[in-house]
Amino acid sequence: MSEAVVQRLREHFGEKILESSSFRGDEEVTVDKASYAEVIRFLRDDPETAMDLFGDLTAVDWPEREGPRFDVVVFLRSIEKRHRIRVRVRVADGESVPTLTDIYAGANWAERECFDMFGIRFDGHPDLRRILLYDEFEGHPLRKDYPIDRAQPLVEYREVSDIEKLPPFGIEQGQPFARVDWEARLAGRNKQVSPSLGVHQGQRRMLSDSEIARAERERLKRETPAADAEGSSDGAK
Amino acid sequence: MEPLDEILETTNDLLELPAEPMRLVMGPSHPAMHGTIRMVLDLKGEEILDVDVQPGYLHRGFEKSCERGTWQQVFPYTDRLNYVSPILNNIGYALAVEKLCEIEVPIRGQYYRVVLGELARIADHLVSNGAASMEVGAFTPLLWLLKAREWVFDVLEAETGARVTHSFGRIGGMAMPPTPNFKENVRAILPKVLETVQEVEDLLVPNRIFMDRTQGVGGISKERALQYGLTGPCLRAAGVPYDVRKDNPYLVYDRFEFEVPIGEDGDAWDRFSVRLEEIRQSARIIEQALEQMPDSGPVSVDDPRVMLPEKNEVYTTIEATIAHFKLVMEGFKPPPGEVYSFTEAGNGELGFYIISDGSGTPYRVRVRPPCFYNLHACREMLIGGNIADIIPTFGTINMIGGECDR
Repeated sequence: MSEAVVQRLREHFGEKILESSSFRGDEEVTVDKASYAEVIRFLRDDPETAMDLFGDLTAVDWPEREGPRFDVVVFLRSIEKRHRIRVRVRVADGESVPTLTDIYAGANWAERECFDMFGIRFDGHPDLRRILLYDEFEGHPLRKDYPIDRAQPLVEYREVSDIEKLPPFGIEQGQPFARVDWEARLAGRNKQVSPSLGVHQGQRRMLSDSEIARAERERLKRETPAADAEGSSDGAK
Repeated sequence: MEPLDEILETTNDLLELPAEPMRLVMGPSHPAMHGTIRMVLDLKGEEILDVDVQPGYLHRGFEKSCERGTWQQVFPYTDRLNYVSPILNNIGYALAVEKLCEIEVPIRGQYYRVVLGELARIADHLVSNGAASMEVGAFTPLLWLLKAREWVFDVLEAETGARVTHSFGRIGGMAMPPTPNFKENVRAILPKVLETVQEVEDLLVPNRIFMDRTQGVGGISKERALQYGLTGPCLRAAGVPYDVRKDNPYLVYDRFEFEVPIGEDGDAWDRFSVRLEEIRQSARIIEQALEQMPDSGPVSVDDPRVMLPEKNEVYTTIEATIAHFKLVMEGFKPPPGEVYSFTEAGNGELGFYIISDGSGTPYRVRVRPPCFYNLHACREMLIGGNIADIIPTFGTINMIGGECDR
């Protein structure tokens, strides 16, 4: 159904349509950057295409590709004709694309997001600033070369020891719901699972060896008041 | 200070309070902003001259996170997009990958998806309308509608094992077949839910205060709505009968009779009414789907490259063990290519633009969040209105932070 749109574009723009493809029923055209805005405007205004609904605008990063690095992809739909098309334009790193804000109002935020995530600039955009991230953020996270585990907190993360109340699980154990103190168990102090020592369960893991020993001594002292505090060592039973 | 009537005598102008433009920041820590939106308002008295809507407080890097796991591992992330109707997101993503791989889910699975999806849509609209009415001061409807949602959640919990974040979709089907009394359970709650919706309508719709707060507030024209990329109830309230289930049927939606309710002015009242009516239409779809749904048969494709093998086979046969291992460790590998698949989610057209490079990890997963565009149009709906109009406008847009900010 959407082949007609591609056909229509080819008739009207000829060489400016660089490529067209159809995959699993999705029609797509790749256009020349110079005529990109013109093609979108034509798609909206031409009665045969009548793309009145702005679908989406996003980008894809292809760092290993020869030629321009980014694809800016626009999705349009016609409510009346019930067809849709994907328009793609290739952009090199550092280049900018004409804005669509004067054609579709919805492109405003979409382009801001694109700029935010990929660092692609849009010429003539009225208000090109970050939208999902904050101004102090460095880099553009959806680029493939942005490390996925890189964090840029605005406010530094607190040291764990600053927090009074800890979750009842160890962070490193990879067992988010386990109540088992593996560190202690593997070290041979396998009786330390329960909160009977009188400290918060989760803090158990955070205590140093001498603290554990002290807590254990205190517990024994409570349970057997007559016992010699110095004589009872941790876990030796 | 002069008495008021003296001022009125001495000046011909209408009595006006001195109103210099004022900048006011609303949110993110404002109950009506759902904790995730900040609005910077330029006010002239009560009138809104300009507003800068700032999302992003719930940004978690959904699209980036998808690029590091397997294709199946995206499901839990999709749950957290529109967390009011997670099943619809699960299904939307599953359909996208299935479109890429040309997988067709067995017919029973398709009906199962329809029923669960429509239940999730009902839950979505119940919450949306309840919250919107609560924000303008009507607290009772929220409690009643949440009570109704609880019944829906009971069914979803029985089916999926979770109340909110189900992660129940799978590429090629669903995680589990329906429970034996699935149909009875759904049939038992539907009339109760509809009755509650009717009660809420009787309570709210003839209410003068509610009408005054929502009618003619936050309207948008048909043309502008399309320009902004509005979809879902917000677009239909503006008078465009665009519903993906009707216009571009997926699953088995072409087998059901249902209406697409539309409004006229695109104002808060219309959005509220459209959602109310959509609950009834969803119930209609569910009734028909339950009627047509086969009682036996698989819900997932029988394809060892896609679906995990049965657990008892994994433990007893070497083939299933290896298949399980490879699927979990490497993930299944769709053919290289890119597709855009779109479904009707609670807030509108939920699109997944997925790119595969042939490996077990998605190259790119772009979600087209309906909320993002609905919220974008919010600026235009608010300008010229009063400061109190923000609440019903924003409330009936039903911005879901998880989806908007991803």
